[in-house]
Amino acid sequence: MRERRLPIMATFVVFVLLYGLGGLTFDHFMSTRVFGNLLTDNAFVIIAGLGMTFVILSGGIDLSVGSMIGFVGIATATLVSHGVHPLVAIMLLLVLGVVLGAAMGYVIDAFEIQPFIVTLTAMFLLRGLCFVISLDSVPIKHPFVTAFSDFQIPLPGDGWVSGPALVMIAMLIVALVIAHLTRFGANVYAVGGDAASALLLGVPVRRTIVGVYALNGAFGVMAGATYAFYTSSGYPLAASGVELDAIASVVIGGTLLTGGVGLVIGTVFGGLIQGLIQTLIIFDGSLDSWWIRIVIGGLLFVFIVLQKVIMRSVTALGSPQAA
Amino acid sequence: MDVSARPRVAMRGITKTFPGVKALDGVDFTLQPGEVHALLGENGAGKSTLIKVLTGVLQADAGTVELDGKVVRIGSPAQAQDLGINTVYQEVNLVPTLSVAENLTLERQITRFGLVDWKKTTARAEAALARLGIAVDVGRSLGSCSLAVQQLVAIARALDRETRVLVLDEPTASLDAREVERLFSVLSDIRARGISIVFITHFIDQVYAIADRITVLRNGRFAGTGPVAEVPRMRLVTMMLGKQIESDFAARPTADSIVEGATPLVAAKGLGRSRLMQPIDLSVRAGEVVGLAGLLGSGRTETAKLLFGAEKADQGRLEIDGEAVSLKSPSQAIARGFGFCPEDRKHDGLILGLSVRENLILALQCRRGWWRQLSRAEQDRLAGEMIQALGIATPDAEKPVGQLSGGNQQKVILARWLLAKPRFLILDEPTRGIDIGAHAEIVALIRRLCREGLALVVASSELEEIVAFSHRVVVLRDRRKVSEIAGEAISQKTIVEAIANS
Repeated sequence: MRERRLPIMATFVVFVLLYGLGGLTFDHFMSTRVFGNLLTDNAFVIIAGLGMTFVILSGGIDLSVGSMIGFVGIATATLVSHGVHPLVAIMLLLVLGVVLGAAMGYVIDAFEIQPFIVTLTAMFLLRGLCFVISLDSVPIKHPFVTAFSDFQIPLPGDGWVSGPALVMIAMLIVALVIAHLTRFGANVYAVGGDAASALLLGVPVRRTIVGVYALNGAFGVMAGATYAFYTSSGYPLAASGVELDAIASVVIGGTLLTGGVGLVIGTVFGGLIQGLIQTLIIFDGSLDSWWIRIVIGGLLFVFIVLQKVIMRSVTALGSPQAA
Repeated sequence: MDVSARPRVAMRGITKTFPGVKALDGVDFTLQPGEVHALLGENGAGKSTLIKVLTGVLQADAGTVELDGKVVRIGSPAQAQDLGINTVYQEVNLVPTLSVAENLTLERQITRFGLVDWKKTTARAEAALARLGIAVDVGRSLGSCSLAVQQLVAIARALDRETRVLVLDEPTASLDAREVERLFSVLSDIRARGISIVFITHFIDQVYAIADRITVLRNGRFAGTGPVAEVPRMRLVTMMLGKQIESDFAARPTADSIVEGATPLVAAKGLGRSRLMQPIDLSVRAGEVVGLAGLLGSGRTETAKLLFGAEKADQGRLEIDGEAVSLKSPSQAIARGFGFCPEDRKHDGLILGLSVRENLILALQCRRGWWRQLSRAEQDRLAGEMIQALGIATPDAEKPVGQLSGGNQQKVILARWLLAKPRFLILDEPTRGIDIGAHAEIVALIRRLCREGLALVVASSELEEIVAFSHRVVVLRDRRKVSEIAGEAISQKTIVEAIANS
């Protein structure tokens, strides 16, 4: 076993343990319906997490995702209410998300500003724009959106795969191909591992950073569209703090916050683990809902410490100072 | 090697000026096909500037570079690589978190319809390693491989493109003897393929083990070149140091201050650390100055750090007053009355943004513990005392240390340790980068401190100054002690002979 794959193994083990725990404790937990709901309810967070995986792999962070989801919802709802087709609205917003992301990436690399600050700016900007568009919730009424939220592929048993789950699976395939089968993907890992070395090895670092944030912009818009279509509405305060859920999915999914190490597939499990904890606590019924946050917080802490310990052993040999 | 053929690289009259310093002044350098050419020189000689001009990192102000007879302009590292000039740096410039295969193929992956074909790409990586006879699992993360393997991977990557010139910048600095041997056998193979290798190193023995020719630079000028066989060690060392080493006019220190027959204050017995420093014996008595002499990279700083506990020894032991102690950290050394003035004042020694006073009281406060804070009045008194005692030129004690001259910064570091009343001081290059006047003051200060009963170990690249203040001199070469010279026998000539003799 290669050491740098240990975090993802840990993620997988935790997922199986939690799922097994649920199956042993509660009747019907193992049903396809519970699993289908798990996919559906966490789809938008996982889509946001997939984009965030690239950002964190490159050694950065993006706090603007939650605001982006809220903005996409309210903007789509308003556009649709003015007679624009939802898919056209999403296309327009995708362009906007990519441009905004690319701009953030450029500022981060060209002016060497902390990604935290740059994306915090975008987070405020987008959330503010939500309220400029509407102070209240706006329903999305369109046959396409109704079809999307009613869409179901039946599974054996009493479950089904919903529209959001399908979008999530499609986005996962896109993310997997980009991360593991393109030069861009390899460059993201290289830049996150050691940007100075990557530059000397011929990696176009600026283009990679710009690409990473642009890509995350696109994933943010897709997460927002999934959320808006599923709830059939836009609300200016929607998805507040979801950027942190996305980051938690990435980290619990075994990606190192320092960049360079991690797998896209891990983020899916990271997101599902958070969903499982929620489902378990709801199934139990006697615990209050804030225990969800407490358990996720504890798990996050364990993973961060675990990663540090593992990475220390991996890098100890090579670069005594760099670690 | 066919010397009659036109050279692979001919650099002529290369000049490069940085603000305030002429780094290269009309330097010539020629490289033949299929030779290992050692490029040598002390600090500031211009080796790295010359290499940066060759590899396109820097542009020369004047001079020409010919590659296989054609004048070329090398505007960037990428252009240099396109011309077949590839470089492997001392700090391995690969990504430790990627696998060996990924490192070898980054930006060179074999793609099909825009997607990476990992099977073919991995095969390419394996082939690149196999050509050098390196057997390593290409799926391993690079950071988990030994430094030697990382170095070899970097060389394999450099050679994976068409290569005419391979530049190795101190490739052996952190390798052990067996790893160096392995690297050399790879280099011999590469040479046999007609590739020219520029080999930068501080290890004199390695030059004679692998190089065909030697070029020496000194103070930005060409100092000499020739086939290895025609440059004996003694001539090489004098070329590098460039001194008329007959005249020692500096007064020698008197030995009155040394307490004869007493147990040494500090004694290292076979103290060493693998990959860093061969075991060394060294002892210092109260009132004695022991000089550490040697060329750049000979192990002066390493010895100083081992004595101070800044590098943990893994062999041998250290005795203080005849009693064996093990120093696990500098703070333990400080608690035993040790002081250390590092070579790099700005990074390791001073907090530039803090005032002279604040810098001065650091070590003393550290010895007292944070709960016994020095009163402000006490701080002012001590700072004033030291500024006067050492003649630190500052308008007042509140001036930020970063605004003082190099010589005065050095005095602040010294004063800081003196406030903590040490018994044993280690000075690493105390006169580096300070002007002549301050230079003489520091030397005088070293003599005064030892008259006051301190034991000192002073590492310096300036032989003249070593001779001026040392009661004994420990000569280092290639990370080991090669000789110890005492008393009247100490002269620049004897030290240079000790450095050169194998």
